[in-house]
Amino acid sequence: MPDAFAERPSALQLFLIFARIGLTSFGGGLSGWMLREFVQRRRLMSEEDFLNGLSVAQALPGVNVTNMAIWIGYKLGGRSGAIASWLGIVVPAAFVIVLIGSLFASLGGYEITHVALGGAASAAIGLSLAMGLTAARRVPRRAFPLAIMAATFVAVAILKWPLLWTVLGAGSLSVAVTYRDG
Amino acid sequence: MPSLPFSILLVFLPLSLVTIGGGQSAIADMHRQIVDLHQWMSASQFVDAFAIARLAPGPGSLLATLIGWQIAGFWGALAATVGIFGPTAFLIYGVAHIWSRYEGARPLRALEKGLRPVAAGMILAASYVLIQSLDSGWLGRSIALVSTALLMLTPVNPLLLIAGGAGCFVGLHLLALI
Repeated sequence: MPDAFAERPSALQLFLIFARIGLTSFGGGLSGWMLREFVQRRRLMSEEDFLNGLSVAQALPGVNVTNMAIWIGYKLGGRSGAIASWLGIVVPAAFVIVLIGSLFASLGGYEITHVALGGAASAAIGLSLAMGLTAARRVPRRAFPLAIMAATFVAVAILKWPLLWTVLGAGSLSVAVTYRDG
Repeated sequence: MPSLPFSILLVFLPLSLVTIGGGQSAIADMHRQIVDLHQWMSASQFVDAFAIARLAPGPGSLLATLIGWQIAGFWGALAATVGIFGPTAFLIYGVAHIWSRYEGARPLRALEKGLRPVAAGMILAASYVLIQSLDSGWLGRSIALVSTALLMLTPVNPLLLIAGGAGCFVGLHLLALI
């Protein structure tokens, strides 16, 4: 269904889309916003392409969301697309965090602000969880991939093993078996 | 003796490459260098900066930007931002480039398919850890679950959901229920 996708965006459009994602995403879960924006709403790339990029973005060092911005930017607009997307996700939000930092420093912060931010953060976790469930749905319904997914979850969430070793271990085992069977 | 922004850059450049899975892994070492080693900030200033970075929109590693700004103003912020985001940006760019050249080759397909369950497990784990760390208890957790269901089942605008979550908390707070 590639022909169902909309026209490729310009570098400026990519910058603006990522600036908006960067500025409106509270409490993490930015990849959830990206999935919604690029796959579900604008249909600029397939869910398949998006999830492939997400796997790579997670396995490599670097902030997942900036990795993802560069990945999507490169896919949709080559080098200038990658640079525009990276600037879009980082620069406007960098100004905002400095602004918020100065506000907190000068005002001290009212209690109601913390309460509101707590509520916003709770709702924002939904983005992360919805993203995780979407990714889990695309894992083949076979014993081995499901076991890898469960083992990764337990190692990271429950046992709190270092991410580096978990990704290297689970990732290389999974890739090796997939290669042998593929 | 190097200038302060340059020293800041040297602290964050290597940290960039250990931020696997979202930057949290680098925070302990950031603390060690900024607070203990260089004594650019006090421990409580560092914790405040961390809280603000969690609350602010955008990538969580903008914590580095905020720290750089608090230590050395604009140039400090710029040095920290380039340091924490720069090296990995080149890395993923290179991988994206190679990927598109060899798309469909068997090792790459195995890599894509093989990493998929790992990525899914990591995102679910991140959600689990976030839910656990909510200090607002059952209310925050139920809002997180309702928001997940709405996102999966309806085309709702996420910004509305987040505003709704904030409104919910503020309303209950004003009624003195939380």
